Amino acid sequence: MTDPHGLRFVDEYRSPELIRSAADEIARRVGDRPLKIMEVCGGHTHAIYKHGLEDILPPSIELVHGPGCPVCVIPMGRVDDAIAIARQRDVIFTTFGDMMRVPSSRGSLLDVKAQGADVRFVYSPLDALKLARQTPDREVVFFAIGFETTAPSTAATLLRARAEGLKNFSIFCNHVTIVPAIKAILDSPGMQIEGFIGPGHVSTIIGMGPFEFIAAQYRRPIVISGFEPLDILQSILMILGQRERGEVAVENQYSRVVRSNGNRRALEIIGETMELRPFFEWRGLGFISYSALKLREEFAAWDAERRFHVPGVRVTDPKACQCGEVLKGVIKPWECRVFGTACTPDRPIGTCMVSPEGACAAYFNYGRYSLVSRTHARARTAS
Amino acid sequence: MSTVNAALRDQVDRMERARIRRRSRFVLTDEHVTLSHGSGGKASRNLIDGLLLPALGTTGHDGFEDAAVLPVAAANSRLAFTTDSYVVSPLFFPGGDIGSLAVHGTVNDLATAGAMPIALSLGLILEEGIEVELLRRVMDSIRAASADAGVTIVTGDTKVVPRGKADRLFINTSGVGLVKPGVSLSASHVRPGDRVLLSGSIGEHGIAVMLAREALDLEADIRSDSRPLHHLAAAMLAAGSEIRCLKDPTRGGLATSLNEIAHQARVAIVIDEAKIPVRGEVRAACEILGLDPLHIANEGKLVAVVAAEQADAVLEAMRATPPGRDACVIGEVLEQPQEMVVVRTEAGGSRVLDMLAGDPLPRIC
Repeated sequence: MTDPHGLRFVDEYRSPELIRSAADEIARRVGDRPLKIMEVCGGHTHAIYKHGLEDILPPSIELVHGPGCPVCVIPMGRVDDAIAIARQRDVIFTTFGDMMRVPSSRGSLLDVKAQGADVRFVYSPLDALKLARQTPDREVVFFAIGFETTAPSTAATLLRARAEGLKNFSIFCNHVTIVPAIKAILDSPGMQIEGFIGPGHVSTIIGMGPFEFIAAQYRRPIVISGFEPLDILQSILMILGQRERGEVAVENQYSRVVRSNGNRRALEIIGETMELRPFFEWRGLGFISYSALKLREEFAAWDAERRFHVPGVRVTDPKACQCGEVLKGVIKPWECRVFGTACTPDRPIGTCMVSPEGACAAYFNYGRYSLVSRTHARARTAS
Repeated sequence: MSTVNAALRDQVDRMERARIRRRSRFVLTDEHVTLSHGSGGKASRNLIDGLLLPALGTTGHDGFEDAAVLPVAAANSRLAFTTDSYVVSPLFFPGGDIGSLAVHGTVNDLATAGAMPIALSLGLILEEGIEVELLRRVMDSIRAASADAGVTIVTGDTKVVPRGKADRLFINTSGVGLVKPGVSLSASHVRPGDRVLLSGSIGEHGIAVMLAREALDLEADIRSDSRPLHHLAAAMLAAGSEIRCLKDPTRGGLATSLNEIAHQARVAIVIDEAKIPVRGEVRAACEILGLDPLHIANEGKLVAVVAAEQADAVLEAMRATPPGRDACVIGEVLEQPQEMVVVRTEAGGSRVLDMLAGDPLPRIC
């Protein structure tokens, strides 16, 4: 995009010359010894496709898209529960925009809205709180999703609601934590990931400590990374550096944002308002112990799960959907049997096709060209 | 007897004169529009003859018939005909309002057919209770925009619906324009090898409207680019006989227009991200909100597909007009992969540019 003044803190990390030279250095150093790296966070997946980074990386580098997309990991049963709340009389159900299109076992929140439920999208839980203040005769519910990145804003909203004594506001809490999901992937059979591009935003909150086990127990390098093209390329170089030196460690590429101890205040308010659930189902990954957060007993008055009747039933994913294998990096999005045919961003079957951070949506929206052009090239060579 | 008759005649004459005076001088004294203003009766006449027609520069007696009759005198010309409805929220935003938008949008739809607009219709749907003062401001804006575009509003309609059945004010405008002999613009004319031209920076309208909504606590100096484009289109058509098609990238942005062309012509379009002008404020807002400027609406931009050998001449003609000052060549048409738009990223990779699946910004026009 042409812009005479440039955008500080963005353009420096998108310089075409620096990107070219970083990609060249990666190609030189990886040689013909393949390296399979998982980017944990959906933000990285999105950036990789948006900037077309796979095109400029050597074929020896294989990027596997991880489970760090908040929308993608919400199981169908939880969306059913959300819809059950949204349908109740006097409820204004608020959610981030992406969640509106996620299919439940019977339609999405967008469908329920069209049928008459009052579903609104907000940019922040504080917007939902404001709505509750403005409409005292309605019950305002916020559909909280996301990793440790968004949990602090939910926690701050809860504290504010309690301080104000708001009685018509509650949270439907679906916050999850990233570390158990990474561990589940590391423990899954046939796991071939050799290194991780670590989640930059989550680490802003939790710091680097929680990732130590990846190096210590599983002997895999992890580099906490920013979200611009040069951040991601530099992180790959740092993983290569560890391989060259025969080391495994947790490193921080995103030091302009991430402190090694994280954000203590944010962690405190999460701890004050929420506690770990003994188990929680992840879409495609199944039940993972102590991998999600619920509201503490002291905040029961603002807990939508306690205030409203929800079915709370586990719903099996559609048979055709292979989101789980995509999330674990077992298959590439386009290897799923419904990718781009029955499952598209217009009519998603799986969650990975809904959020722009989902591997399938990113691949469908941005990445198809390389697939098509590679196939064309192969067809030409063959003929 | 005769004196009584004379007095009575005087009285009747005075009443008659007053009645005629009243009939030719409808005055709207209400502060809010009520359902009776849509009844078709006297209150309707007060609204139409007392506010709407004078605001458009015409008066009750030379007001609208049920249908406008337009002289069309150009031999071999053809008529272009288009319609569009406007439901933008908020009604006023930096750089425009629903009134100017309703004029520009329809004029620009005609411009993309290579037509010079002749006349517009104006349909108003008013929600019971909207302020007359607000309506007056919108009408003033409609008059200014149509005068600026050199197009006349020749017919109209007004309805009032009960409170809650519409959101304050909706507008529909239809327009007719004349297309000169020899001009035929259609995406189906697009061929591999053609060049893609863009008249200026993108994303300003959509972001200006979005920031004008209170929901976002973001402030930026971004004004809608809403403006008429038929003179720009005419200058382009005068400079090149091989213009394949023109589009105004409104809802869905440049991405949608390019995809429509690629689908209709069964071609691939490849654009260079680095060549697309985006103002810094728009880029920054998009970065913060997670939006792609390529998907954001414009109301004052044209995208053109032109035969390669005429691209320079057309570009020069565009740059000589105010709305095309920042025009540039942004890409080209290829044979493969059919019906796909591809962006060469600044990082040196490529990605598919699709239409949006959802709607991130409802009611921007």
